[in-house]
Amino acid sequence: MVHAAKASHIGGCLSMADILAVLYTRILRVDPADPQSPGRDRFVLSKGHATAIMYATLAECGFFSPADLDSYCRDGSIFTGHVSHAVPGVEVSTGSLGHGLPIAIGMALAARSAGAGSRVFCLLSDGECDEGSNWEGILFAPHHKLGNLCVIVDFNKIQSFGSVAEVLNLDPFAEKWKAFGWHVEEIDGHDVAALERVLGAVPETSGRPTVVIAHTVKGKGVSFMENKLEWHYRSPSDELLAQALAEVGA
Amino acid sequence: MRTTFIESLSQAASENPDIWLLCGDLGYSVLEPFAAKFPERYLNVGVAEQNMAGIAAGIALSGKTVFIYSIGNFPTLRCLEQLRNDVCYHGADVKVVAVGAGYAYGSQGYTHHALEDAGIMSMLPGIEVFVPCDPMEVRAATRLIAGSGRPSYLRLSRQGEPNLGSVVTDIRKPRVLREGRDVVILSSGPIASRALDAAGELAGRGRDVGVVSISCLKPLDEATIRDAVRDASLVVTLEEHILRGGLFSLVAGVFAGDAKRAPVTGLGIPEQGGKTSSAGSREALLDAAGLSVPTIVARIEQALVKR
Repeated sequence: MVHAAKASHIGGCLSMADILAVLYTRILRVDPADPQSPGRDRFVLSKGHATAIMYATLAECGFFSPADLDSYCRDGSIFTGHVSHAVPGVEVSTGSLGHGLPIAIGMALAARSAGAGSRVFCLLSDGECDEGSNWEGILFAPHHKLGNLCVIVDFNKIQSFGSVAEVLNLDPFAEKWKAFGWHVEEIDGHDVAALERVLGAVPETSGRPTVVIAHTVKGKGVSFMENKLEWHYRSPSDELLAQALAEVGA
Repeated sequence: MRTTFIESLSQAASENPDIWLLCGDLGYSVLEPFAAKFPERYLNVGVAEQNMAGIAAGIALSGKTVFIYSIGNFPTLRCLEQLRNDVCYHGADVKVVAVGAGYAYGSQGYTHHALEDAGIMSMLPGIEVFVPCDPMEVRAATRLIAGSGRPSYLRLSRQGEPNLGSVVTDIRKPRVLREGRDVVILSSGPIASRALDAAGELAGRGRDVGVVSISCLKPLDEATIRDAVRDASLVVTLEEHILRGGLFSLVAGVFAGDAKRAPVTGLGIPEQGGKTSSAGSREALLDAAGLSVPTIVARIEQALVKR
């Protein structure tokens, strides 16, 4: 998709691929035949630029045909380069960072009020944690005991201009969330068993919201992309695409 | 206006269990009746307007109707992108309610003066914008937006505003506050009381002056506005807002393409641009902005000479 459309953001797609795979195959109670079912779990992709992997995941899960993905970023397509709620299975459009978590909080409040037992998962990027709006939400959710809310941070350590440590350091990251009152899980974001264990434990029994700090590798699975800032922007050539597909075994 | 709003909202909420109210830690001694009656549908999110707007969108996208309430610029400009993306782009059923229109917060100073909000909100896609002039219009607008199912903006002044006309039949339609055909003052918000005073003064000098309250800035009822000014030799707009983007811009846009039309004179608040704001009551600040009744009269007389 990214190659055909000469699009960008492949690095941040690959870092969260395992997270989406576990969410959509093991965790989320969603129905491709009835994407708007009122009692469904919600997933909010706040790092809306990493949408190619989101669309691909939904296609794999049967929300629409994988052939539809050929139109990604093409004229007239619903598959825009930042995630769009015109696509079946997508809850909200994002792209401006720092919007997803407050929306997810609203959904968690409404779900609790409805008593349907649905859970809300929200995926943030690490660079996105620079946004003040997220910290408004991080303060709010534990105060209101939103145990049905789970944030996952795709902590691949690279943001637009360089490493997170250099641009605007988040450390001590887990301690910040703990100090705000969250139940914190810190795992290898490519360990599918660990992902299934921590995500499957939502809602957290004591009523605290959960944050999963998922340590990931930007460009995971493709040797020439791993931990390389440039793959936030570049689109692979024909040769590099062939190599990448061979490496991930696609 | 605030009290009328919360009474009307409480009434709507008692009929519709899906109505929620969020505030950004403002509305003390105003919102309590709603909070007491519907504690499970009331939430003070704290001093965090971006979060409030996003949360409202999330609740609304779960099938509810959500009002968010704060002072002037806080639930509008502070969280503008959340309103654009999360609320309007998704067509989420969120109602933004701002109290303190124009100079309503008088001596509190520039941060509390809402001078661009109505224009900026009008630019958002799919939103409906209401600037009522009196408690009767507030009641009608609140009832309408509570059931409209779409994003809305409601701009309120503060308290103690008198009713300025007879019963409101349709809040989307311009409402005639005073009959008159040669000069027609189109006004939005409580500053309509000054339009009425100015019209009375001009009538004493033999002028035929009408006053029409335009509460619904978007969608603007162009046909009724055209009808109201059909025989006018001068159209005046009056608003407690800057001219750019507000009532004047909207009305001028209606007539811009006409080959034959009456001139449109815009009366509003000048842009502040780097000048510091003085303390003063709403009335004093309006006077200083060139919107005292005698100045309004003089400016209309001047425009009549030029027509």
